[in-house]
Amino acid sequence: MKEREQGAEEPPKRVAVTSPRTVAVRRPPGRQTLRALDEQDVVGELLIRSLIRAQLLLGLRLAVVFGSLLGGLPLAFAVVPATRDVTLFGIALPWLVLGLLVYPTLVGGGWLYVRQAERNERDFVELVERS
Amino acid sequence: MRHSYDLAAVALVVVLTLGIGFYGLRLARTTSDFLVASRAVSPLWNASAISGEYLSAASFLGIAGLVFAYGADMLWYPVGFVAGYLVLLLMVAAPLRRSGAYTVPDFAEARLGSPAVRRLASVFVVAIGWLYLVPQLQGAGLTLRAATGAPVEVGAVLVAVVVTVNVAGGGMRSATFVQAFQYWLKLTAITVPALFLLLAWQGDGSPDLAGPDGPVFRETTSVQLDSAVTVEVTVPVTVQLAGAGPRLLEPGLQTLAAGTVVFPAGAAVPHVDDISSATGEQWARPLSGAGGLEHPLYATYALVLATFLGTMGLPHVLVRFYTNPDGAAARRTTLVVLALLGAFYLVPTVYGALGRLYTPELLLTGRTDTVVLVLPGALIGGLGGDLLEALLVAGAFAAFLSTSSGLLVSTAGVLVQDVLRGTVRDFRRASVAAAAIPLAIALMLSSLPIGQVVGLAFAMAAATFCPLLVLGIWWRGLTPPGAAAGLLAGGGLSAAAVLSTLAGLADRGWPAALLAQPAAWTVPTAFAVMVVVSLATRSRVPADVGRTMLRLHAPESLGLSRHR
Repeated sequence: MKEREQGAEEPPKRVAVTSPRTVAVRRPPGRQTLRALDEQDVVGELLIRSLIRAQLLLGLRLAVVFGSLLGGLPLAFAVVPATRDVTLFGIALPWLVLGLLVYPTLVGGGWLYVRQAERNERDFVELVERS
Repeated sequence: MRHSYDLAAVALVVVLTLGIGFYGLRLARTTSDFLVASRAVSPLWNASAISGEYLSAASFLGIAGLVFAYGADMLWYPVGFVAGYLVLLLMVAAPLRRSGAYTVPDFAEARLGSPAVRRLASVFVVAIGWLYLVPQLQGAGLTLRAATGAPVEVGAVLVAVVVTVNVAGGGMRSATFVQAFQYWLKLTAITVPALFLLLAWQGDGSPDLAGPDGPVFRETTSVQLDSAVTVEVTVPVTVQLAGAGPRLLEPGLQTLAAGTVVFPAGAAVPHVDDISSATGEQWARPLSGAGGLEHPLYATYALVLATFLGTMGLPHVLVRFYTNPDGAAARRTTLVVLALLGAFYLVPTVYGALGRLYTPELLLTGRTDTVVLVLPGALIGGLGGDLLEALLVAGAFAAFLSTSSGLLVSTAGVLVQDVLRGTVRDFRRASVAAAAIPLAIALMLSSLPIGQVVGLAFAMAAATFCPLLVLGIWWRGLTPPGAAAGLLAGGGLSAAAVLSTLAGLADRGWPAALLAQPAAWTVPTAFAVMVVVSLATRSRVPADVGRTMLRLHAPESLGLSRHR
């Protein structure tokens, strides 16, 4: 009621808060670089483009490595038929690789990516906040 | 006795699913709660839930069935199902979460600002969701028939009803709890029996799986045929027909009438006419075309492409990313998912391999998708075998229920947002519609291998949403006309391939191989069309693309105003 006496505006309408809590604490962009990012000026553009390029290259690099490792297998089986019949520890190589070894390898690849992608972002945040 | 354990297992899973679902219902209040669990789901819960939702009938039954019938080349299915998450992690996980989109249509609209592209994407979400739901319902029918002898329709209807009640009643928050629980149930249910089976196999003297002979009946075996079946006989054999005495089966195609057929010990197993007989050596060797697969090298690469690139476009996978608090959490969740899925997929192969030795009669009846369920009874038997079978039936039902509810939540979500008004009541009505149509299709279609139909859903996702997401996230030049043209080209070609495969239009040679595994030509086409049309319509690049890119890629910790 007090607000109404102070100003001519209607009291704010009740709204259903359906939008969730967010984890990121919203800060008003105060420092220069942060504002440059937020307002999309030339410097901000360059900054974010460099982050996107770094993340894209990281993703593509790992995709190419794992793509050629995995994607090379059928070709290897086709071109060098002997690879289909090699046995290691009593298990045929194709079964050992495709049934067992491939899974920890994929997890390892994911771990490498997450580590490096977070590092890229940390560097980016530091760069922005330092200036 | 056996049936009552299996029935108890099914009942238990259904009751637990509904129970946890309704526990969640008390917490669900607003539409936003319904759709994405208020983003308040912790990362480990979330990773368990994603994995629980992902491990479908295709993973629990289908992979073992395919490995059993077609051998080493089928190992690419589970590999692709996991590797798809690595590609998702590398290319889309964090930016997709930061886009704030619930669904692919949301993403399309946020990125391109085009309601037309949004609607087009909605159509494909529903198409992929239904294509993926059909084999889940069929798998439920097969499982209930194998476990209790009930007609296939019963299991399909049961799963459709339970899932609809659960989803319409509780929405996604309940689905999150249900899914997380289902992952651990499924992992236990497939691993424990597999360990016992491996021990029993060792106790049997570890018979060779890759020997020079084809599958044989190791002892006198009586096979129950529910309907007439055409089989290919390779070695002449005299069988005993119940009520009709002995019959000599000559080499060639022979039809066996419904009833009981008794094969003598050591007889080679005649195979149902759409699976050809393979020796252990052929079966264990990649690219040998075991089981009658043609052009195995092409089929392998097409499958790799479909699964690696299709995972990111599956409707029930995408919607989960919104429940991560931020982009970095989305990445970490995906990493946990990789580990959880990798652990699960070590196991189904065991069933496929042991099936060659102990349940070869499934190659005669053609019910290869039930090998997981039948093995404990055949190899272990007795009370132990019955209990292990009940555990597997429980796991299989968990698989149908979790994947179906995930698919239902996302197809119903799209129907609500793009077809009906966005209120809670309509979400319920949309859930009913989203379940009824695939149920009708599942009841009408004769069953293809579960794994193969799911593979088609992956191929369609890879040819539509993979280019849209990857180009949308990384390339500023994508335009609404480009996206629409690419979706139409990739989706249209995939739909044509899927329909002609389901209708069985081509069953031999290159046309059959190209249509059964379409991703190798549809995915490059979709990418090319999207890029070329976008380049030709450069003036239509959205004006706010810079702002969108900033939001997709800048870490939330900066506190930019673009993040919600």
